[in-house]
Amino acid sequence: MLNPDLVGRTFTSADSVTVTKEAIANFAYVIGETNLEIAPPTFSITITLDQSQKLLQDSGLDWTRVVHGDQRFEIKRRIVAGDILNCSSTIESARTVAGNEIVSVRSDLHDGPQLVVSTWSTLVVRA
Amino acid sequence: MSELTQDQVLPEKSYIINRQLLIAYANASGDQNPIHQDEAFAKSVGLPDVIAHGMLTMALAGKYLSDISGSEKVVEFSARFIKPVIVPAGSDVMLSVTGKVVEVANGQAKVELTALCDEIKVLGMAKGVIKL
Repeated sequence: MLNPDLVGRTFTSADSVTVTKEAIANFAYVIGETNLEIAPPTFSITITLDQSQKLLQDSGLDWTRVVHGDQRFEIKRRIVAGDILNCSSTIESARTVAGNEIVSVRSDLHDGPQLVVSTWSTLVVRA
Repeated sequence: MSELTQDQVLPEKSYIINRQLLIAYANASGDQNPIHQDEAFAKSVGLPDVIAHGMLTMALAGKYLSDISGSEKVVEFSARFIKPVIVPAGSDVMLSVTGKVVEVANGQAKVELTALCDEIKVLGMAKGVIKL
């Protein structure tokens, strides 16, 4: 069970992630993009998935039972190679429906003080 | 695409999903959950077969949005994962995506997407906002 005291808390990664040309190109190539230098709209998930799991690993969330319910992106500017991004993740809400925990996690990526992308994931932790 | 107008229906595009693509997406995205690669594991947790990453389906729908006027114009994108895309070994699963412009206002166009596999909706409430 998720520790209910953590709802509303924000955890910020101490380590930043440097975006490489290769990371963008690999992701773009897989989905059939021809311009491999532009980060596709969902590219930020490659950073936030791993970062948010690390940030929330002591939250009581059982990641092995998590099913992805929905996903939303607000892109302030596109990610480019050389960006040094910091992830902060917040458990915005948690509720239980029919034994399943439904947890909403927001992750923001900042480049210095500048917000680059905000993402929201609804995670369903199966009973 | 030159101009987007309210109620405009955008052409259908198809994307092939197969086991090779799932492995490539796992490597490119870092999501190595075995339900997307290992048939025995997927079945052991009650799935009918290997399923595609929801985020892969969403990324392909994102490619559809990007193709409208360039990926740098996509400022919002959201979707629900309502049905798993089942990917049997040795077969190509076709994801078909269509879009409709539902609103043009304040220099932005809102596009609703329909994403189908075998005529079954796999994304719900899928929509993007494109800067004009």
